[in-house]
Amino acid sequence: MAIKTYREAVKEALAQEMERDERVVLIGEDVRGGQAGTASPEKLATIEAFGGVLGVTKGLWTQFGSSRVIDTPITESAIVGMAAGAAMTGLRPVAELMFMDFFGVCYDMIYNQAAKFRYMFGGKAKTPLVMRGMIGAGFSAAAQHSQSPYNIFGSTPGVKVVVPSSPYDVKGLLIQSIRDEDPVIFCEHKALYELKGEVPEHAYTIPLGVANYTREGTDVTIIALSAMVHKANAVADKLLKEGISVEVVDPRTVSPLDEEGILESVASTGRVVIVDESSARFGFAHDVAALIASQAFHHLKAPIVLITPPHTPVPFSPPLEQAWIPSVERIEAAVRKLMEA
Amino acid sequence: MSLTKPELLQAYRKMYEIRAFEERLHLENTGGDIPGFIHLYTGEEAIAVGVCENLTPQDYIGSTHRGHGHCIAKGCDIRGMMAEIFGKETGLCRGKGGSMHIADLEQGMLGANAIVGGAPPLVIGASLTAKTLGNKGVGVSFTGDGGSNQGLVFEAMNMAVVLQLPTIFIFENNGFGEATGHDYAVGGRNITRRAEGFGMPAVRVDGVDFFAVYEAVKEAVQRAREGGGPTAIEAMAYRWHGHFEGDPMLYRAEGEVERLRAEKDPLKIFRSKTRKQLSDAELDAIETEVNALVDEAVSKAKADPYPPAENVLTDVYASY
Repeated sequence: MAIKTYREAVKEALAQEMERDERVVLIGEDVRGGQAGTASPEKLATIEAFGGVLGVTKGLWTQFGSSRVIDTPITESAIVGMAAGAAMTGLRPVAELMFMDFFGVCYDMIYNQAAKFRYMFGGKAKTPLVMRGMIGAGFSAAAQHSQSPYNIFGSTPGVKVVVPSSPYDVKGLLIQSIRDEDPVIFCEHKALYELKGEVPEHAYTIPLGVANYTREGTDVTIIALSAMVHKANAVADKLLKEGISVEVVDPRTVSPLDEEGILESVASTGRVVIVDESSARFGFAHDVAALIASQAFHHLKAPIVLITPPHTPVPFSPPLEQAWIPSVERIEAAVRKLMEA
Repeated sequence: MSLTKPELLQAYRKMYEIRAFEERLHLENTGGDIPGFIHLYTGEEAIAVGVCENLTPQDYIGSTHRGHGHCIAKGCDIRGMMAEIFGKETGLCRGKGGSMHIADLEQGMLGANAIVGGAPPLVIGASLTAKTLGNKGVGVSFTGDGGSNQGLVFEAMNMAVVLQLPTIFIFENNGFGEATGHDYAVGGRNITRRAEGFGMPAVRVDGVDFFAVYEAVKEAVQRAREGGGPTAIEAMAYRWHGHFEGDPMLYRAEGEVERLRAEKDPLKIFRSKTRKQLSDAELDAIETEVNALVDEAVSKAKADPYPPAENVLTDVYASY
């Protein structure tokens, strides 16, 4: 099987779906890039200056043209609102928000509009819309370009929320999201774009709401999403050599959430660590901990451990930012402590 | 006058449907059978009808919290609307939306919208669909003078110009955003000039004159269908009722509403302008028919069942 990066897997999913279905269009700032630049007209007629701010969609304009790869002003409300209106009337838009932090600029179009059409209109509306954007800290991008607000999205009925951790998952989940009839918020972690893995050439789908066990084990369950999955895997691999058997559960989607997949692992280990980059309060970890406490308390051998960032904005300076991000060391220490309990 | 007699009769019928519907709601609301809030459109009938008589079912509109008139003008079923407003299972949204969220996608009605300024960003999406599919459709957004101050409305206007979308932005300037006059809230006091600044043609019309609205929209729709991009139209009108039913209107001059009813009634103005084409008897006959339709809609809405409680869980997602 071909080895590809997470970035290439995202692009391949977009290209294959755009080829399959001409109603799929990309909408966003600099999804091509370079319009009305000052370079020569000949050059401007052919270049893709950006292909998305981190180059994920580069090449798609050359392949599909301006009616399918639509450069917009940096106006998030109009980007998401236009995509929602287009989705309700027959297109299948993939809107790009660049950084998920920017949902704060346009959340009305998700929260009060796209998420609610189907319910408010008595089941008559379909809004097959994907909103792509980057999450995650680790690049000194500071407080407004580093957040992971999938917990906020996940609390909103009417949207689905996808948080893929690997090249294989990101392709299959994105294709599924584009084919889905509901609005999907698709969170790509910027630390994962260079991650390599096996990715089939053909188009395939992964259903939303099905967890993946990236490590199987019997002593402790670590539940983690996105970039945190790889930290959990590293801890599992290290501790296995010492005879501690760690299971890593990657729910892959926050909404719908594979409750059974999580509870099954908890029932078998009785010890739980949840690693979550979203928030120290009202986060994904807290929601899953409540699920486990209310449904599987009798299986627990020790209190659930939550590993989240502190209740602060994301800092800029590298040592501060590293102190903010949930670390391998904290995860490892938590597992060891649970084994003593 | 470019309209045929059947077209004129149809326009009057639609305007009277709105009038009869809203005035009946005003009465029914005092009876306590209508849950929640309603916002009445009376006095602005010429705008909704002047716009929608230029549209086909393939064209889309997006509306406001004051949306009953737009729904009726675009072809929503009056019985389904009434049942929805009464919260009944037989309503257009099966009782899930209510007055502020009436929608009928088959009629090209993308929904009343309770977020001020909510429609324009969605309508440019419908316009993008029409442009991408090449079906010559247009999108029309309704926004009030209050909504004209919202940032997302500016974003939508700019996007429509940048992408040359087939969109018509209708600004219904009825003088008030809730209880605040537009002279206070609209900086520059001129929505037309503001829209022009985004780089599209913009005109101000007399919103109580059906013909003024109709002709301006006709030109804008034709331009949009031919690929000429968006237009903004500011229609000057008057709100006869309060912001919501129950608003004591402490902010209004004494006798103002009575004067508006006498001097600025879009239906009376229509009658006076069509005296040569239409007889009073023909128009009175339409009113009688429409009154019967509204009576029937109210009786049926009252008799219809509420949705069963288990419906609280349905239609959140297409699949989950």
